[in-house]
Amino acid sequence: MTELAGSPTAASNPWHHLGAINRNKMLVQILLIGNTVLMLYPILIMFFSAFKTTSDIFTSPFALPNFTNLANFARIIRETNFITYFTNSILVTTGALACILIFGSMAAYAIARYKFRGSTFLFLFFLSGLMVPLKLAIIPLFIQFRELGILDTRLSLILLYTAMGLPSTVFILTGFLRTLPGELEDAARIDGASEPKIMLLIMMPLTKPALVIAGIHNAVPIWNDFFFPLVFIHTDANKTLPQGLTAFMGEFSTDWGALFAGLSLSALPIIFVYIVLSRHFIAGMTYGSVK
Amino acid sequence: MPSRHRLSHMAWILFLIAPAVVVMVSFVLIPIASALAYSLYDWNGLARGEFIWFANFQKVLFQEPFNRWTLNAFTHNVIVFCALMVVQNVTGFLLAYLIFKEPFGYRFYRTAVFLPVILSTVIVGFLWKLFLHPLFGIVNQFLNGVGLDALALPWLGDSRTALGALIFANAWHFVGFPTLIYLAGMQRIPRDLIEAARLDTSSELKVLRNVIWPLVAPATTIIFVLTFIGAFNWFELPFIMAGLDGSPFGSTDVLGLYFYRTAFGNQSAGVQDFGMGSALAVIIFSFILVAAATWTIYLRRREIEL
Repeated sequence: MTELAGSPTAASNPWHHLGAINRNKMLVQILLIGNTVLMLYPILIMFFSAFKTTSDIFTSPFALPNFTNLANFARIIRETNFITYFTNSILVTTGALACILIFGSMAAYAIARYKFRGSTFLFLFFLSGLMVPLKLAIIPLFIQFRELGILDTRLSLILLYTAMGLPSTVFILTGFLRTLPGELEDAARIDGASEPKIMLLIMMPLTKPALVIAGIHNAVPIWNDFFFPLVFIHTDANKTLPQGLTAFMGEFSTDWGALFAGLSLSALPIIFVYIVLSRHFIAGMTYGSVK
Repeated sequence: MPSRHRLSHMAWILFLIAPAVVVMVSFVLIPIASALAYSLYDWNGLARGEFIWFANFQKVLFQEPFNRWTLNAFTHNVIVFCALMVVQNVTGFLLAYLIFKEPFGYRFYRTAVFLPVILSTVIVGFLWKLFLHPLFGIVNQFLNGVGLDALALPWLGDSRTALGALIFANAWHFVGFPTLIYLAGMQRIPRDLIEAARLDTSSELKVLRNVIWPLVAPATTIIFVLTFIGAFNWFELPFIMAGLDGSPFGSTDVLGLYFYRTAFGNQSAGVQDFGMGSALAVIIFSFILVAAATWTIYLRRREIEL
């Protein structure tokens, strides 16, 4: 194929065109495979190294490990607070997500389905929250949490993440709820259904796709966040996974096997969920950037 | 009767909006307003002192050595931004174009390029810190293995290469984001438009430049502005990989690290200054807001022109 395209008679050869197309296709494949290797190989090396002893990592970093050697994982589970950090991350993420989705749905429903004075202003108020990097209000937040007596608690993180997640959630859900036809609502109203019933039993079940988008859009940054726990949480028992990771990365700094095991264990849950739900992940995380 | 109904209807609406509004006012509106106010006060640790107008701003921007530190950090943010525009966004555009051709296995390539994006910066930072270790990291082991010993540098330990190594790790982490936004932008272009252009010219480069590039302008706007905001908010990656002091020798110091050090002190020297920290926060925030808004307006105009 390459021979044909490169040969001097190629111009007169009827297959020349096909050859060029195939060569292009091959170039595309080579570039994309190269990039995929660059993206996945480091992650693969991380998992492989987690099964190796430190000296094996140093002497043969690219070799396949003995997958039955789970000593590094056992060390991480036994000698660190990994389980505590993991539980805290689950607790904080689900707690914040529940608040975001419940409060967000309520506000979005009011803005999208009812006419009342100030509803446009309210929508703009939430929208402006999208532009504010809350990181820069960290000093007042620190003082405020201290005065409320919730500094160094998981509750402080849940409240903060709720505030961070509401603007995008109200934005996503309002846009979706506005597209739902009013006939459903009117029919139920004529039948004598109360407003809360209409919302909970008729309208909200229809917003499930938007709830999934909003949920992922917020869950991933919350699960991965490091900055706010760094400032607010000091007690080891209250630390989340990314923050806890820095603690035992310092502790095991010379035991590379344990370090890679710690990184692998931290990355595994979200990678697993991503592989199962990749389409939703991509839609959720790029929402707002894609029209 | 109707007024009672109206009243209960209003109570229902109030019930719906109250929780979200209370949270937003308490943890966004008040803190942001306070940040502005705090920057105008003198602070002794956690205690607020006198009202000193713009003295904190004056210190941060014009007084030695703070002005030098601010400028040093700001310069690095500018470098990071420019480098990411090239390394991350150009690569993202090209990858998107390749995937857009829908070659065999393109769904897998799409999923793979986005995988690092979902990982925590803490994981990515530590991973590359280990990989870039001068002796035992896989980067230098690989370079030694293929005979490029001269290139096996102490990447994070040398002030000439440290920032570049950080930029590389960041690009590896996030290149999937511009890729997928560009891809979505390309997929929105009507197919027949591209087909027609291909009939007009045999040069695929011309199709790319004259048809695809102008038509993904909205994606470009979003990506450029997000890159800008990201580059000037840079904190986690340098914190993990280079430490709070932007080592070695402040060569990786950025505004985010400098702000954190000023506000909360570093572990060795426990000095913290909420006044100067707030002033820095206000400066960074205003700069990002004004620059991003101006640039968005410019890029939006460009979308129409192209």
